[in-house]
Amino acid sequence: MGALLEVQHLKKYFNSPKGKVHAVDDVSFVIEQGKTMGVVGESGCGKSTLGRTIIHLQDSTDGKIIFDGKDVTNLDKKALNTLRDDMQIIFQDPYSSLNPRMTIRQTIQEPLKLSGKFEGDKLEEETERLMKLVGIEERLALSYPRELDGGRRQRVGIARALALHPKFIVCDEPVSALDVSIQAQVLNLLMDLQESEGLTYMFITHDMSVVKHISDNICVMYLGQLVETCESDELFENTLHPYSKTLLSAIPTIDIHAKKKRIPLKGEIVSPIDPKPGCRFAARCPYAIEGCHAPQQLEEVLPGHFVSCCRVREINHLE
Amino acid sequence: MSRNGSAKVKKNSAGAAVFLRVVKNPMAIVGIVLVLLLCLGAILAPLLSNYSPSKVDMPSAFMSPSLKHLAGTDDLGRDIFTRLLYGSKYSIMLGVASVLAALIIGVILGSVSGYFGGQVDNIIMRILDVIQSMPSMLFAIIISAVLGAGFIQTIIALGVATVPGMARMMRANILSVREMEYIEAARSIKCSNVRIIMKHVIPNAMSPMIVTTASHISANILMATGLSYIGLGVQPPTPEWGAMLTAGRNYITTAPYMVLFPGLFICLFTLGFNLFGDALRDALDPTLKH
Repeated sequence: MGALLEVQHLKKYFNSPKGKVHAVDDVSFVIEQGKTMGVVGESGCGKSTLGRTIIHLQDSTDGKIIFDGKDVTNLDKKALNTLRDDMQIIFQDPYSSLNPRMTIRQTIQEPLKLSGKFEGDKLEEETERLMKLVGIEERLALSYPRELDGGRRQRVGIARALALHPKFIVCDEPVSALDVSIQAQVLNLLMDLQESEGLTYMFITHDMSVVKHISDNICVMYLGQLVETCESDELFENTLHPYSKTLLSAIPTIDIHAKKKRIPLKGEIVSPIDPKPGCRFAARCPYAIEGCHAPQQLEEVLPGHFVSCCRVREINHLE
Repeated sequence: MSRNGSAKVKKNSAGAAVFLRVVKNPMAIVGIVLVLLLCLGAILAPLLSNYSPSKVDMPSAFMSPSLKHLAGTDDLGRDIFTRLLYGSKYSIMLGVASVLAALIIGVILGSVSGYFGGQVDNIIMRILDVIQSMPSMLFAIIISAVLGAGFIQTIIALGVATVPGMARMMRANILSVREMEYIEAARSIKCSNVRIIMKHVIPNAMSPMIVTTASHISANILMATGLSYIGLGVQPPTPEWGAMLTAGRNYITTAPYMVLFPGLFICLFTLGFNLFGDALRDALDPTLKH
């Protein structure tokens, strides 16, 4: 299958009184049709900004977004509205992503009504279909969001995103605000929907076990930059970048006898405001040398495994 | 309150749930009863009393409270209770009209300020700062002095003095609602700006405004009586409570009931609206789990 979304050197800077915040800095990757790209990294590394910039909730500063073979980086209002049929988002917090003054039915119907394609009986039919699709009981149609638990609210958010039959959905930490038992339900729902509706996901999360479960490919981000990207299984078996190693070592395990060594990090996160060139992880990296302060390139170290680190071969004893 | 309890009552109406929570609060009942009684008194005044509120009857001046004259008679022989009943109409109208006018203007100014931000916000808010830098009573006095004394003038004076608080509050609400994720969601499903403002932002920014409105009404009634007490508000012979208080001041040693009963009515009415406003605030407070 071909690429559905290609991001090339995407940048998103925010102006702040102290200087430019480099929230997303020169990120490039490809998401294939029908696949899930997991984006992981710690809080504040620009994962959400990346997602929101791709679906045009924010304008990008520089770089290119190619969707379905077309350059969609800069669009006029009309073209943007057409694009929004194809790109949707599911939010992290199901408590603030639903309008508390609209019933479940109104929330799900809003995109249908705005599309102008559904009226009267057809509108009701489509609403019913969507509710069934995401597994919300029909009796809840007239409830308000505050009367529902987190999992059900998130289902409403998913139904709203699906209403316009998108091809691509950005899932911005869709399960991190939910109980673990509900997390599994929602994840399974997302995976079922991917199969039945032929969806492509960009799945943003900080939870490594969730991303392992759902993703085909993974991007690891650190302070706005992409440090490592490869297939999901490959990342967990053969982690190459020093930052990814520490991130993976921090996954909690339930086996009390497992001898797992955590790699503790020293030092502070560098400020994302006007950062110096070079590897942003260098200040905390145990392997940092002088050469790390020069700009780093994302290179294909193993087949399909891209890493942005000048010492990656040395550290991992590759040729 | 249990989930099942509130669900059993009425499933799909937020208004009904709020009403129920208000009614369950005993202080709210006291407030509502007080306000209702005074409103009824204002409406039914001609039926409740055989006396005229303004007809001078010198022979029966300064009569102490009795069954014939429940609150006594004043220096011109008018029945004080009758005048208080008729007067509640003016107090209610002054309070409600001035606050409603301020609410409408405040909501518009606050919304514009909160939405567009930048220079528009700066200009509107600095002008309101000027008004707010003076105590609102003093400001109302200044306006009354400029416009002259009278019913409409009092409403304008009170209204203008109330606008800054309303606008400021609306602006703050708008700013917080604007950042909610459902606004972003609305944009991603192609809502127009107008639709976002009307359907998503304003409805969610309004509930604190309802509470402020209730509590401002009592404050403005108090301010209106204050204005007429110093002779700037509604003028005699209109049976306005503040004006009646002023008239009674001269006879406070010989006929204390002339100030006692208007004072009591002012207290009860203000208390009623305050209790009601508090109960409404508690019932609408989104931080309380219901």
